[in-house]
Amino acid sequence: MQSETTDKTTMPAGSPAPAGRTLPEGQAMLSVRNLKKVYQTDGGPIEAVRNLTFDLRAGELACLVGPSGSGKTTLLKCISGLMAPTEGQVLLDGAVVSGPPKKMAVVFQEYGRSLFPWMRVRENVELPLKNQGVPKAERDKLVDEALEAVGLSHVPMSYPWQLSGGMQQRVAIARAVAYQPEVLLMDEPFAAVDAQTRADLEDLIRTVWKKLGVTVLFVTHDIDESVYLGQRVIILSSSPTVIQEDLVIDLPEERDQLNTRALPRFTELRHHVYEQIQLAKQGHRPAAAH
Amino acid sequence: MKPANILKALLYAVGLPAVLVLIWWAATLGAKNFFVPTPGTLLSTFAETWFGERIVSDVLPSLGRLVVGVVAAIVLGIVAGLLIGSVKWLRALTEPVLEFFRAVPPPVLVPVLMLLMGITDSMKVVVIISGCIWPVLLNTIEGVRAIDPVLSDSSHTYGITGAARVRYLVLPSAGPQIMAGVRQCLSIGLILMVISEMFASSSGLGFTIVQFQRSFAIPEMWSGIVILGLIGVAMSFIFQFTERRILRWYHGLREVENAV
Ligand SMILES: Nc1ncnc2c1ncn2[C@@H]1O[C@H](COP(=O)(O)OP(=O)(O)OP(=O)(O)O)[C@@H](O)[C@H]1O
Ligand SMILES: [Mg+2]
Repeated sequence: MQSETTDKTTMPAGSPAPAGRTLPEGQAMLSVRNLKKVYQTDGGPIEAVRNLTFDLRAGELACLVGPSGSGKTTLLKCISGLMAPTEGQVLLDGAVVSGPPKKMAVVFQEYGRSLFPWMRVRENVELPLKNQGVPKAERDKLVDEALEAVGLSHVPMSYPWQLSGGMQQRVAIARAVAYQPEVLLMDEPFAAVDAQTRADLEDLIRTVWKKLGVTVLFVTHDIDESVYLGQRVIILSSSPTVIQEDLVIDLPEERDQLNTRALPRFTELRHHVYEQIQLAKQGHRPAAAH
Repeated sequence: MKPANILKALLYAVGLPAVLVLIWWAATLGAKNFFVPTPGTLLSTFAETWFGERIVSDVLPSLGRLVVGVVAAIVLGIVAGLLIGSVKWLRALTEPVLEFFRAVPPPVLVPVLMLLMGITDSMKVVVIISGCIWPVLLNTIEGVRAIDPVLSDSSHTYGITGAARVRYLVLPSAGPQIMAGVRQCLSIGLILMVISEMFASSSGLGFTIVQFQRSFAIPEMWSGIVILGLIGVAMSFIFQFTERRILRWYHGLREVENAV
């Protein structure tokens, strides 16, 4: 569990750039090191991410929050090997990521465009497994479980475009869950679902996370959600992006939509995150980033 | 469909043709224009002319060349289009050349190919391919280029690459564009089938029609034109049937989008 040694106060004083929590070599599942991304566009270069450094322990659940345009999606694309960073590197289990790693699943922000419109719901969830050569019987079991878990076992034969936005997003989540990844990246996955479904899906993510022991990096706009879900919240500054704060969420392991959210500590943490994001929006930057 | 609806659809389908034939019949009632036969004459000539030896000697060979040419053009066009569309440098390299070849009207190739290949079946098939391949090829390239980047990223992160990518992502995604190309390809194919047989040929539909015209067998000539029209209609039906099946998802998606 969260011990004092993993708190950000252990960060070396006067480090060249503000950094998130790092672990000794060999202990991190996912390492982001001095990551910088500059897009080269016709209108000139755009610096989406200036300098990010942090580690995720195997089996950790971390949330990433930050103002719109702060480069959250950019970061996820670099981590998932879809895009090469301009500087710095991403390591998965000690190996440098240079292309999409096998045991990583990504749920994209644009859920509607991430499903195959020519395949039915079931086929969409099944395809990655089929492509990996998972035997039919096991595949069926995983797909059924995943659809059941997101509450979509009643529409396996529909096409994605016949479903509502929230349902489409749940198909994308089911696909990621059925894939049984070691690392799961999610980019604002609940943006399109209603409050009740959202609460259910939050609990689903925590259940799946505990069951599979998967390492999760969860991007969200929602401060309450980040505090409720994570063991840790990484707050990004506004662009050019650095880490504003890497906060340990010291809430009890067992979380519950009603009771956890009613804890005084929950309120404190959410206040803290809220303040930091307000500061980030106003352009306040952590001392070392100037 | 309910029987009443089927009847309605049928009435709509045959209504206009019936009216046109009626007008034609009325217009040719008293007239004795040598170049325009009456519907009755045409019908009897049609049966006499085509239901016999000519099916084997002219119609079927022409159809055979048309089918071979069109199928080859579609397959070649899709394969080359997938390649060119997926590989950036290949696209940059081939684009100007493709534009040039596409701009050359295929009929002018007939004399050239005649010199190179002789008056053979393969020459005629090559003429058909050389004209039909462009819409398929260029549409496939466009379709491949237009793949949604989010969908492409999704496939990529789930390890769907290589042949699986072509099968599950690229082909279906480019499907609507490819089918639009195939539709154009079919009508060009029919035109080129006729043209390839008009020069120095000794059999085939195009040859026979020109032959009739030169020997002033006017009703026979018209009946040949009717045959071509019927072949065109049949091709269009087969195409629509296939397209509906392959692109069912696409039509459904469009309907949903339009309803919003
Ligand atoms: N493909 C691209 N080309 C050029 N600039 C880009 C590209 N993608 C993102 N950017 C720019 O990089 C910056 C960060 O974008 P990004 O999408 O990563 O932000 P985000 O934190 O995910 O925002 P949101 O919360 O709105 O999803 C923005 O200024 C954006 O304009
Ligand atoms: Mg984003």
